[in-house]
Amino acid sequence: MEGEEMDFELTNRQKQIRQAAREFAEGEFPVVAREYDRKEEFPRDLWKKACELGFIGLFIKKEYGGLGLGFLEFAMVMEEFWRVDPGCGNILLTTFGAELIQLYGTEEQKKKYLPPLTKGKAIMGTAITEPDAGSDILSILTLARREGDSYVINGAKQFITNGSIANYLAVFCLTHPEADSRLKRFGVILVETDRPGFGALKITGKLGIRASDTAEIRFSDVRVPKDNLVGEKEGEGFSQIMQIFNINRVIAASQGVGVAQGALDKTIQYVKKRRQFGQPLAAFQAIQFKIAEMATWIEAARALTYKAGWMVDCGKVDPKLISIAKYIAGEVGVKVTNDALQLHGGYGYIAEYDMERFYRDAKIVEIYEGAKEIEKNTIARELLGRV
Amino acid sequence: MDFELTDEQKDIQKAAREFAEKMFPEVAEECDLNETFPMELWKKACELGFVGVFIDEAYGGAGLGFLEHALITEEFSRVDAGCGAILATTLGSEFILFSGREEQKKKYLPLLPKGEAIMGMAITEPDAGSDVASVSTVARKVNGHYVINGSKMFITNGSIGDYLVVLCVTDEEEKIKSKRHSPILIETNREGFEANQLKRKLGMRASDTAEVNFSEVKVPLENLVGEVEGEGFYQLMTVFNHTRVAVAISGVGIAQGGLDKAIQYSKQRRQFGSPISSFQGIQFKLAEMASLIEAARALCHRAAWMVDHGKMDPKLISMAKWFSGEVAVKVIDEVVQIHGGYGYLGEYGIERLYRDAKLVEIVEGTKEIEKLIIAREILGRI
Repeated sequence: MEGEEMDFELTNRQKQIRQAAREFAEGEFPVVAREYDRKEEFPRDLWKKACELGFIGLFIKKEYGGLGLGFLEFAMVMEEFWRVDPGCGNILLTTFGAELIQLYGTEEQKKKYLPPLTKGKAIMGTAITEPDAGSDILSILTLARREGDSYVINGAKQFITNGSIANYLAVFCLTHPEADSRLKRFGVILVETDRPGFGALKITGKLGIRASDTAEIRFSDVRVPKDNLVGEKEGEGFSQIMQIFNINRVIAASQGVGVAQGALDKTIQYVKKRRQFGQPLAAFQAIQFKIAEMATWIEAARALTYKAGWMVDCGKVDPKLISIAKYIAGEVGVKVTNDALQLHGGYGYIAEYDMERFYRDAKIVEIYEGAKEIEKNTIARELLGRV
Repeated sequence: MDFELTDEQKDIQKAAREFAEKMFPEVAEECDLNETFPMELWKKACELGFVGVFIDEAYGGAGLGFLEHALITEEFSRVDAGCGAILATTLGSEFILFSGREEQKKKYLPLLPKGEAIMGMAITEPDAGSDVASVSTVARKVNGHYVINGSKMFITNGSIGDYLVVLCVTDEEEKIKSKRHSPILIETNREGFEANQLKRKLGMRASDTAEVNFSEVKVPLENLVGEVEGEGFYQLMTVFNHTRVAVAISGVGIAQGGLDKAIQYSKQRRQFGSPISSFQGIQFKLAEMASLIEAARALCHRAAWMVDHGKMDPKLISMAKWFSGEVAVKVIDEVVQIHGGYGYLGEYGIERLYRDAKLVEIVEGTKEIEKLIIAREILGRI
């Protein structure tokens, strides 16, 4: 991937992927987006189609059913999907946890769990957060106790994407609560959701991304084979999860860029058509300046996101840059959708114009995959060292 | 795609950093205080090849790109933006490089990287700032010469320049305002030329700024940059698209230099029994500052790369310039804040950053003009 020279341009392949993603989203999402949002339902038909066209799990290697592309390409597709509709765009999160299996899983785990995802035969998720352990993830309590050749899992997880629709979840558990180092107490265990003792309760009434499934999960004596531990070694769960955050934060950043760009697109159209005081809104300098600012922030966030994604794909994971991209892109999503709604006036406030949905959807980027406060902690630690 | 600097670019960056860190601190305060251009420093930078790297090798430059020029500018501004203005001694050479005739290139360009001449470009007038097309300094053809009359304002290197590219009206009859102008090279030792250094600028006091007057200044017709009259406005827009990248990145440099100092200070300064860097309020501030700088830098590097690859993107350039200016002002405000009372005093050099940063939002197109350009590219003509 690396050449001798700097090169800020997308490759032709990347441009084609982006174009295909845009056409798919523009062709399929707008007709159903409002309805899925209203019903708070996962768009199963869209997900199936996206699988058929190869958009799902394109970072998964070819031998496991994916396209073998990078996270930069994944981020681009996510951006294009979110540009049209964030809720529907989250059909791309049906592979959430596949990165973990691909990076750390055993060969058998990769063969078993990865191919169904890209074929549209399975959905997965990653269960980390608990009712009392959000940003402070070392405080999770879900316990996986070894009993012979099995783990027996007990505990509860909160805000789990795909929790009530997934076929299997990668669950962050305490496997060695007695280990001296807090960082060595965890393991990630794959749990099929049809196992006895597994319970999921779909959460309704979320502010936004309502087409994306979110659930509260319970494990009561859920028994899984010991081979369901991701990887061969025990006690590696925490570092595995941190690495996965680095990847998924780039993807979350691309969501912020996408929702902002989508809101700007709609706003540009609107200000050219809407006439007040005898001329289009676009003729007023205050509106022009606002549009210029929105576009600039988006361009800045996109530049950071692409660079962070490119670095990940080159094996140069840079947690500071990734956190910067995620923090800026999240803030840009919220700021730009706010401005976009404002410029739409009353029409922005009603469902018919979609802006209110974008406004609701954007906020999640500042919260999931590490709240923006956590991003700032990460950045500050890289700047200052341990204080 | 490849977001990484090449090894050569990294070497240039490093050399620029070392030079600035070694040479600037001992003179920066003095130049600011006395409002003097650092002549010695400029000579030294020329010797080491930092000045005019974008000028072709055939004309004495290094034949590098505007990205490399930007990298040097960033490193210089990081240590001291005022001293960094020694790089602006080639201002206007872009006109000659892009539109000049061969003889002009041979005559005017090689002296600049050698440290044998300083130039500038004189565009702004007392009543024509952002509204460039209203420039009224006139060059009339009389007996095989141009005779120039008028005055220019806020001219960088105006009182130390050996020659200036001056935007003049050459066709007073032309109905289309943007087709009236032409750039004309004027040597500052010509009769009727007069420059007064402008004192007591807010910041960037090591950089020379002057008010310039032309009374019946006579120059040969071949001092017209290029072959044809009437294209000055468009030539200028192209030049701005290059110089704006350099100004934008100077904002990144100023902000980064400020952040460096704030990090250092916050680790040393103890209050309430611990270094202030241990307070989350300070940590988050530093994180926000670093994020803004990284975003601005990403825009600048991309804009410069596009320029060097013949894909000049005025929207992106204006974005980089507006954003970097705002980031510089915002970040330096926080830098002063973190330094508290010490930040407000002259001896720590922090208050100078606060004064220097503001210029990025004004020079080479105010941020309002950048936004106009961005909006026009997005919305089209309305």
